[in-house]
Amino acid sequence: MIAGAGRMARLRPWLFLAPALAVLGLCLVYPLAATAWLSLHDRSGEGFVGAANFAWLVRDPAARAAAVNTVLWLMVVPAVSTLLGLIAAALTNRIGWGALARMLIFLPGAISLPGAVVIWKFVYDLRPEAGAQVGALNALVTALGGTPRAWIALPVWNSLFLMAILIWVQTGFAMVILSAALRAVPRATVEAARLDGADGVRGFLLIEVPQIRRSIAVVWTAITLASVKVFDIVLVMTNGQWNTNVLANLMFDWMFRGGGDSGRGAVLALALLALTAPILAWSMFCARTGRAGQGE
Amino acid sequence: MRRGGPWAAHLAVAVFVLLWTLPLLGLVVTSLRDRDQIAASGWWTAFSGVTLTRTFRTPPGGEGAQPGGRYALAGNALEGGGRVEAFGIDARRPAAFHPGAVADLGKGATLTVQADGAYSLTAPHGLAAPQGQRIFLTATVGPSPTLQNYADVLAATGIARSLLNSAIVAVPSTLFPVGLAVFAAYALAWMPFAGRRLVLAAVLGLMAVPLQVALIPLLKVHNAAGQALGLDPKGFVGVWLAHTGFGLPLAIYLIRNAMAALPREVIDSARLDGASDLAILTRIVLPLAAPAIAGFAVFQFIWTWNDLLVALVFLGPQGDRLVLTGRLLNLVGTHGGQWDILAASACVSVAVPVAVFLAFQRLLVRGLLSGVAD
Repeated sequence: MIAGAGRMARLRPWLFLAPALAVLGLCLVYPLAATAWLSLHDRSGEGFVGAANFAWLVRDPAARAAAVNTVLWLMVVPAVSTLLGLIAAALTNRIGWGALARMLIFLPGAISLPGAVVIWKFVYDLRPEAGAQVGALNALVTALGGTPRAWIALPVWNSLFLMAILIWVQTGFAMVILSAALRAVPRATVEAARLDGADGVRGFLLIEVPQIRRSIAVVWTAITLASVKVFDIVLVMTNGQWNTNVLANLMFDWMFRGGGDSGRGAVLALALLALTAPILAWSMFCARTGRAGQGE
Repeated sequence: MRRGGPWAAHLAVAVFVLLWTLPLLGLVVTSLRDRDQIAASGWWTAFSGVTLTRTFRTPPGGEGAQPGGRYALAGNALEGGGRVEAFGIDARRPAAFHPGAVADLGKGATLTVQADGAYSLTAPHGLAAPQGQRIFLTATVGPSPTLQNYADVLAATGIARSLLNSAIVAVPSTLFPVGLAVFAAYALAWMPFAGRRLVLAAVLGLMAVPLQVALIPLLKVHNAAGQALGLDPKGFVGVWLAHTGFGLPLAIYLIRNAMAALPREVIDSARLDGASDLAILTRIVLPLAAPAIAGFAVFQFIWTWNDLLVALVFLGPQGDRLVLTGRLLNLVGTHGGQWDILAASACVSVAVPVAVFLAFQRLLVRGLLSGVAD
């Protein structure tokens, strides 16, 4: 009896976990392994081709350009979004209507990326004829005496104009998390620092920011993951034209181009995984050292 | 920061708020404007008045009534109100005359247009213009909000069907992962067993896996299973399953954090009273963790509603299964530059998640914050 009850007790956690683990296995774990296998095979996924797909990834000019752009996204978007989010958090914590301002700055986070692209496509709009510019950016440039431009076709800068969309979407998220973290910093710490002369911006950077570094890391990580995966913005705005392609959009392209090439698609997916691997290792490390929260 | 004076903070936040709201406001305002006005002026002028150039053609001149022995034609050249700034009779000089001035049409015929748009045309022997007389108008039109663009896109572009599809995708894709994650999270928070840390680390690791890595094999499995079971290859089951799988790691992580933060005494005393794990979960833990669970649900609903990639892969890029984001992608391709259609469609597609966001913002923030608990 007791042995049976013991076995039941040992089994019960797995009964609670089983449905979730089954779905995770089917949707994430098995596909992860299968993608690795597919990356060594031809377009149909049947003939073994060794490292040919990896060689293609390294040599193909289009794939290399997309990889360069993806790395740019990874460096620019999380840094700018987190910095702007931190500034907005610090400022909104100091004014009476901060909660309302935070809601308005966070609002774009609820907008789909295709929706955000349409919103910004309108901002970047260029009227070819001599008439009035109806896009806000070109109207501003014209008002300041400049020449209206096709921003989305402008080499190098156009990627930054696309990144601005994701920054616009993600800054609110960063701000909300960091604002809560800043408010949780003990007042006594801040007051003591002020008495020591660490006032204003300097006090903020020296005292408050180090206290919330873990929240900053979480925000940076989350936005990095979102930037690696970004695909909607490029697909809807340019579909990779004018040298704006990124790995995620190129992968989608190869998944279906000419009936689909699962080998190249898989290799591109693995490239995305490789870019997130450092983050993956970091979050695993946090879990192992028990920093992900306590339980029983 | 206080040193700069509070006004500096107010000003800086005001700039932030403007930059973050104006792009959206521009599209909303545009969606409510008349097509001609959208093309003629920036949306920021919509509140004052817009100067438009229009062409009007009088009815054909025939042997009309001839009061006083002269042929006369009168009417209003300005449909829908507004004020005439100038008019002309020649495409090369469309604003040659001020309102009220008399334009000589030749052969003794004259034309006058008043500021309110009323025109009168007189000629000695009837008008020899079988297509009517063209009048070029420069007119200022006041703000005239219209829902016509919405009526157009709902009737013609398939947006209405896509609205339904997005709901069909997002609701189960929110409920399934929550249902599965609640049990897993409870086990990981309050049921001691060998390998618990390993499972938790694996869940955390999966959170960092870009979903693209899983897409190709999952699509192959989906297509093979669909063929074997004779299911619709573009059915919704695949999207639901994919969203459930991709959402589960975050769901388990957030809900587990919230459950683990509950006071240990509550669970322990329930155990001493002989309550089973299932009873503890449903009667004690679930109600206490409800805000965090609801917070994740809000996040997952907005995420799945806004998804484009998974929907494109499993429902296809065409046809009547398109969700709103996919429809928007196609409209950008087919109606690029037609801002009346694009603005109204985009507003329809963002309306639901924005409404959900505004209604449940506190829950959402609370749910997200349970993921960063120090």
